[in-house]
Amino acid sequence: MNELLVAENVSKNFGKFTALNNVSLSVPKGSIFGLLGPNGAGKTTFIRIINQITMPDSGAVFLDGAPLNPIHIKDIGYLPEERGLYKSMKVGEQVMYLAQLKGLSKAEAKERLKYWFDRFDISEWWNKKIEELSKGQAQKIQFVVTVLHQPKLLIFDEPFSGFDPINANLIKDEILRLRDEGATVIFSTHRMESVEELCDHIALIHQSNKILDGKLIDIKKQFKTNTYEVGLQTTDSDALIKKLEMHFEVLPATFKNLNDDVKLNIKIKEQTSPNELLSYLTQQAEVHHFVEVVPSANDIFIQTVKNH
Amino acid sequence: MNHLSLIIKREYLTKVKNKSFIVMTILSPLIVVALFSVVAYLAQLNSNKERTISVLDETGMLVEAFENTKTTTYQIIENSSLDTALELVKANKNYGLLHIPKADNPSDISKGVKFYSEESPSLTVISALENKIEKLLTDKQLIAQGVDIEKIKSSSISVEINQESFTGQKSSKIDNLLKLAFGGAAGYLLFMFIIIYGNMIMRSVIEEKTSRIIEVIISSVKPIQLMMGKIIGTSLAGITQFVIWVVLGGIILTIVSAIFGVNITQMQSDQMAMAQDAMQSPQAENMAQNVLIAIQNLPIANLVVAFLFFFIGGYLLYSSLYAAIGAAVDNETDTQQFMMPVLMPLILAVYVGVFTVIEDPHGTVSTVFSFVPFTSPVVMLMRIPFGVPIWQQLLSLLLLIGTFIFTVWFAAKIYRVGILMYGKKPSYKELFKWLKY
Repeated sequence: MNELLVAENVSKNFGKFTALNNVSLSVPKGSIFGLLGPNGAGKTTFIRIINQITMPDSGAVFLDGAPLNPIHIKDIGYLPEERGLYKSMKVGEQVMYLAQLKGLSKAEAKERLKYWFDRFDISEWWNKKIEELSKGQAQKIQFVVTVLHQPKLLIFDEPFSGFDPINANLIKDEILRLRDEGATVIFSTHRMESVEELCDHIALIHQSNKILDGKLIDIKKQFKTNTYEVGLQTTDSDALIKKLEMHFEVLPATFKNLNDDVKLNIKIKEQTSPNELLSYLTQQAEVHHFVEVVPSANDIFIQTVKNH
Repeated sequence: MNHLSLIIKREYLTKVKNKSFIVMTILSPLIVVALFSVVAYLAQLNSNKERTISVLDETGMLVEAFENTKTTTYQIIENSSLDTALELVKANKNYGLLHIPKADNPSDISKGVKFYSEESPSLTVISALENKIEKLLTDKQLIAQGVDIEKIKSSSISVEINQESFTGQKSSKIDNLLKLAFGGAAGYLLFMFIIIYGNMIMRSVIEEKTSRIIEVIISSVKPIQLMMGKIIGTSLAGITQFVIWVVLGGIILTIVSAIFGVNITQMQSDQMAMAQDAMQSPQAENMAQNVLIAIQNLPIANLVVAFLFFFIGGYLLYSSLYAAIGAAVDNETDTQQFMMPVLMPLILAVYVGVFTVIEDPHGTVSTVFSFVPFTSPVVMLMRIPFGVPIWQQLLSLLLLIGTFIFTVWFAAKIYRVGILMYGKKPSYKELFKWLKY
């Protein structure tokens, strides 16, 4: 079995409001799965259904082949977007409590917490109260709590918000390491650059419906426009552009490079190979820059949402 | 279930370790005792003040009534006009002047009596004086009518009706007073307990909501477990606080009365001494004995068992509602509109208890309210000392448990949805909708 989590036709209504409409998803084992969508699309509802906080009206969710049931609580680690800890409780007591709620024994919890606190170099926080820590520090604690019980499935909702770049990087590396160690990660975010960086798969939910789903690389291929970004050096740029426009779709482009080039986006027909374009260009001018325009996750997101 | 005990433990420990909880626990009995001591001390000061009251008795018949006491000295003025007497009283800075003008017969004398003073005199002083004069004048009147006072005194009879139920249980007035005291104390205790610790539960739910930890917690445990854990943990903390209050209060009271010599229990008798001058109770000696008998007459076992069940049932019923209110709102100021319907039956219960149970513990009103689940814990607890048939108690308890299960279900529904709802304050209509989510 290659899917850790399978959702089949999950629907959820709150009164007249439809939060999820027949959403089916499968999350492959060992992947980082980006759950994307505009605000209010239904992502959080979906995540809450996985966590058995909310029950779906119809449809079913399977974890490792079995329908979701309370035993699975210990298999899931959830870092909600709205984070918080008991403010006036000491860090140590609090993490011990939360770890035990996830089914760890006292001894296990202590041992693993020691490992993580040493790893993050935060042992001196053990006897501090949460209200004495900064927001970022508290988030670090919460990250530890989320992964402590070594769940099969990790769900991170905007895990990097509130972190400085150094700590965000630290958390990113930890997420990748956990994935490499066998965990499956569902990752919900609005930050598309981290989607590019981390996700193997993505699904896009918009207005309660799933509108896009698949491997990120496949989706990118699907969205490719056969456009190439070129930088050319020539003496008469206007003449060159006119000439090119007769054969291709040409748009101005902006990118950074060293020379004062003519910068263009050139779109070719699907059956034309990039080699043909390149050899044509070399005849006309000196080519300094030639790159295929890959649609970014950001572009895909905006384009897909707009089209619906 | 392991989760439940973890939650209870955390709730208990955080409550008990909380600074304001500790301060309240220690300070409250201190404050109460201090307050009582001050009041008692002041009252003692007041009644200890010595007064001199001048008496101008033109009839010359009533002088014998004014015997000096510890606090009051009577200065008899003879052969003087009212004006000179007044001058004298003013010059001596006496408390006041009692003027008894001359008249033909006792009833006319009584109409002319007047008290002159700089400030308006204390009520107790006036009634003490009235008592004295009344008694003496009555005697004089009786003598004038040719009645033998000695005979009247010896033929005065005091009646105290002994009571016995059909089943042969004997009781007395003291008995009933004691029953009222027991029942009232139990009912009132429950009332206070619900209000204080229900609020505490509500605040703790709101705290979890505002600190946003709730989502993490309920991804690990069921909302109903969290709610029940909260209720039980907070109650245990409450019981701890109550026990500490009682013990600490007792100790402090003993210490204070030892040090300052303020005897709080005697405080009333000092005050009432003057007014009670005339009231001699021949039964006084029997009092202590009667109280003991009365206590033995109380259905102690029934009382204890019923207290436990109704207390727990009533408390859980209300505290689950408090938890639901906490879950429905974002902050404490929004709780007002939901508090009213919860508090109303509770207050009603106390009023019914105080006004109707005293009047007639087994009357229709008290009986009905001792079955209605939201008022039954308080009213039934007040009724039980008067002897309530077991079947009534069981039926009422059954209704209470049934309602309790319903409110917990209801509260859990609201709780489950409410703890994840932020932003606007929900209306009742919305709350109703949540039940269906």
